[in-house]
Amino acid sequence: MSSLNPNKEKTVQSFFFMIALASILILLMISIFLFMEGLPILNHVSIKDFLFGEYWYPTSDPPDFGIFPLIIGSLSTTFVSAVLSIPLGVMTAIYLAEIASARFREIVKPMVELLAALPSVVIGFFGMVVLAPILQNTFDLTTGLNLFNASLMLGFMSIPTICSISEDAIYSVPSNLKEASLALGATHLETIIRVVLPAAISGISTAVILGMSRAIGETMVILMVAGGAAMVPESIFDPVRPLPASIAAEMAEAPFRGEHYAALFATGIVLFLFTFSFNLIADYISNKYRQVGDSTL
Amino acid sequence: MIDATIKMSSKNLNFYYGKFHALHDISFDIYQKQVTALIGPSGCGKSTFLRCLNRMNDLIPISRVDGNILLDNEDIYSPKIDVVLLRRRVGMVFQKPNPFPKSIFENVAYGMRVNGIKNKSVISSRVEHSLKQSALWDEVKDRLYESALGLSGGQQQRLCIARALAVDPEVLLMDEPASALDPIATQKIEELIAQLKESFTIIIVTHNMQQAARVSDVTAFFYMGKLIEINNTDMLFTRPALQQTEDYITGRFG
Amino acid sequence: MNTLLVMNSRFADIKEQTFNAIDNEGTCRMEKIVFPNNRLKKMIQTIFFSLFRCAATINALALFIVVYFMAANGLTAINWTFLTQPPTDAMTKGGIFPCIIGTLCLSLGAILIAFPVGVASAIYLSEYARPGKILRMIRLGINNLAGVPSVVFGLFGLAFFVVWMKLGVSILSGSLTLAAMSLPVIIGSTEEALRAVPETYREASLGLGATKWQTIYRVVLPAALPGILTGGILGISRAAGETAPIMFTAAVFYTPSLPTSPFDEIMALPYHIYVLATAGTEIEATRHLQYGTAIVLIALVLGMNIAAIIYRAKLRKKMS
Repeated sequence: MSSLNPNKEKTVQSFFFMIALASILILLMISIFLFMEGLPILNHVSIKDFLFGEYWYPTSDPPDFGIFPLIIGSLSTTFVSAVLSIPLGVMTAIYLAEIASARFREIVKPMVELLAALPSVVIGFFGMVVLAPILQNTFDLTTGLNLFNASLMLGFMSIPTICSISEDAIYSVPSNLKEASLALGATHLETIIRVVLPAAISGISTAVILGMSRAIGETMVILMVAGGAAMVPESIFDPVRPLPASIAAEMAEAPFRGEHYAALFATGIVLFLFTFSFNLIADYISNKYRQVGDSTL
Repeated sequence: MIDATIKMSSKNLNFYYGKFHALHDISFDIYQKQVTALIGPSGCGKSTFLRCLNRMNDLIPISRVDGNILLDNEDIYSPKIDVVLLRRRVGMVFQKPNPFPKSIFENVAYGMRVNGIKNKSVISSRVEHSLKQSALWDEVKDRLYESALGLSGGQQQRLCIARALAVDPEVLLMDEPASALDPIATQKIEELIAQLKESFTIIIVTHNMQQAARVSDVTAFFYMGKLIEINNTDMLFTRPALQQTEDYITGRFG
Repeated sequence: MNTLLVMNSRFADIKEQTFNAIDNEGTCRMEKIVFPNNRLKKMIQTIFFSLFRCAATINALALFIVVYFMAANGLTAINWTFLTQPPTDAMTKGGIFPCIIGTLCLSLGAILIAFPVGVASAIYLSEYARPGKILRMIRLGINNLAGVPSVVFGLFGLAFFVVWMKLGVSILSGSLTLAAMSLPVIIGSTEEALRAVPETYREASLGLGATKWQTIYRVVLPAALPGILTGGILGISRAAGETAPIMFTAAVFYTPSLPTSPFDEIMALPYHIYVLATAGTEIEATRHLQYGTAIVLIALVLGMNIAAIIYRAKLRKKMS
């Protein structure tokens, strides 16, 4: 009987192993091709001028390839969005995991999940046609497409990530720790703040980092609502042009394998390194500071 | 029975998990500075009853309580009662040691901190006092600021007892406090219980009848959610009044 | 009456108590603890919990608000012609039929590629892999792949599939790019489904002399199938909604004809919204078309997600 042949079992296992390597392979290919197409830009500008150059005029003659304003655009939108999404996301997670009634939870949890499923182009469109005019009129701005609008939209895109990962972390804090705290006369809130959150802190940090990673890499929203000005913003209502927006907007017009083309791929490298390091940090935290489980005997 | 003050008493207590009627008409008194043991087979309701005494069962959303439990003659299920205050007066030690992932000192200080005590000298003197009361002081005095998770299981359980004592409770509930421990650690806990009853009213749930016989003054036998028999421990174990009790304590079922 | 009052005072907010105990040295100690006010703590708790509840409500409302605005403005644009006709008059009139077809082609193509690879990866991770360095590496790879920005996938697709493999701007390039992107989603949900299969099933099968692969193929996979398919649906919906990965690899402003082969370029719903809203000839005049396209895309994506969520909830109930 061939099915009892141990060699066949080995073959099957190695087959699955090879396929499981696909993710790593793709990741590797992504980096190889980004570098292959992006590194030639260094023939035209130095790394320092590329990263810290203040002017991004890729189509003028001679062109300027300084992505500093784009990096600032990315960092500022991510930061402002985090100011919104971290408290909202974590508070929602606490409410759903610890306080909400089963009914409330059953309704709100899927809605937060669905918020994550909304296509980014739809959220960008919403920011353009609904929020931008409101902002423009309320604050009397020249344009409603700006840093603030983009951050608001990005915030709501990263909330589901922050919320669901934090909720899992909070939910898996062993109930015997909570009971111990309540039995000592702590209120529910004190128990949450002093026992539950510290025990879940690694999961919550992972959630926050992944949420910010999602915000910095998000493309369509900022392409549509950030305003597109490649300048270092001076106010929260200034238009900005974060890294992904620049790539998405200019790739179509960049001559194939020209300087501009290479510069956009190099911008992609910078973006990739940002999210890659965010993910490595998240991975490090979740492995190093494993959630405190049951007390060991 | 025993000539002493009544500390807590249960009056026609019924408890329901959803539709399941878990406790039927439990009525009996618990005396001050005595150890009362609750015994019975698994699922007989003894732990459920224990958790009614500090309203820990409030945490289960579908549960319902009928009847009264009095602490110093006051109904703890009355709407006027502050559950947080009640739990400060009726401390609890759990089946598995559950220290917080904090230092030994912070574990014991936790109850005082959440109850608003800020004075550092009060806190540290009480931490020391509680650790001495739970016979742990000598073992941990040199590493108070190390993680409590580094202690052995038996030490962790005594730490949990110290933690409960630190908020100055009047009653101490113990839910099978030694079931997760080895025989030597168990013996230490039992010795500790004997010391603690000088100062506290103790109610202990145990599935180990020898333990009940060793540590308690009064024993209550629960079966299928009902209180079958309650008596002085030596009476109950030597001359049980009911056949059911005798069957259980002689190991014929359960 | 008097006694009752005295007793009630034991529960008063400020409690003073004398404490009398014998410590280890056998000396008698007196200690007095004064616990401060409790009412303030209760109030703070109420305030905080209301705040948390507000946060949760805001998040739930966010979804509702977006969908509401799209529906309120877009539903009037939707009719039979809109859904079944191509755009006309330089995309200022007509329908979105080619975009619907394009999005279906791209997302189905992506799932055809990603589903087998994702399921096989998950089988390795949950059934074969042992904890260790290799498993850590693979997991790290998957997590990082999940975190790669969508526009970087677009760049990769352009450099690798379109240019290097010479597939051109085509359905195939777009599907491959989307497949790479949805791989982590499928691996994740498949793994969850496999892990939900009780260990006793495996033991029973192995105990009857079945090999590991026979056990996986005949027992574990059939038991996990509904959960795996749910993951597939989520994968399709994710691929259907993405814009950035197909911008450089598959989608174009306008094609006069429907695709006839995988090497054709194509129109797609998300890209169509973007183009109409930002680069169309008559941005204001085509607002209703933009809203209409958005509501079709939302219906498609959320429809699949809601189906998956409901189905998964039913599955979990059945399992427990």
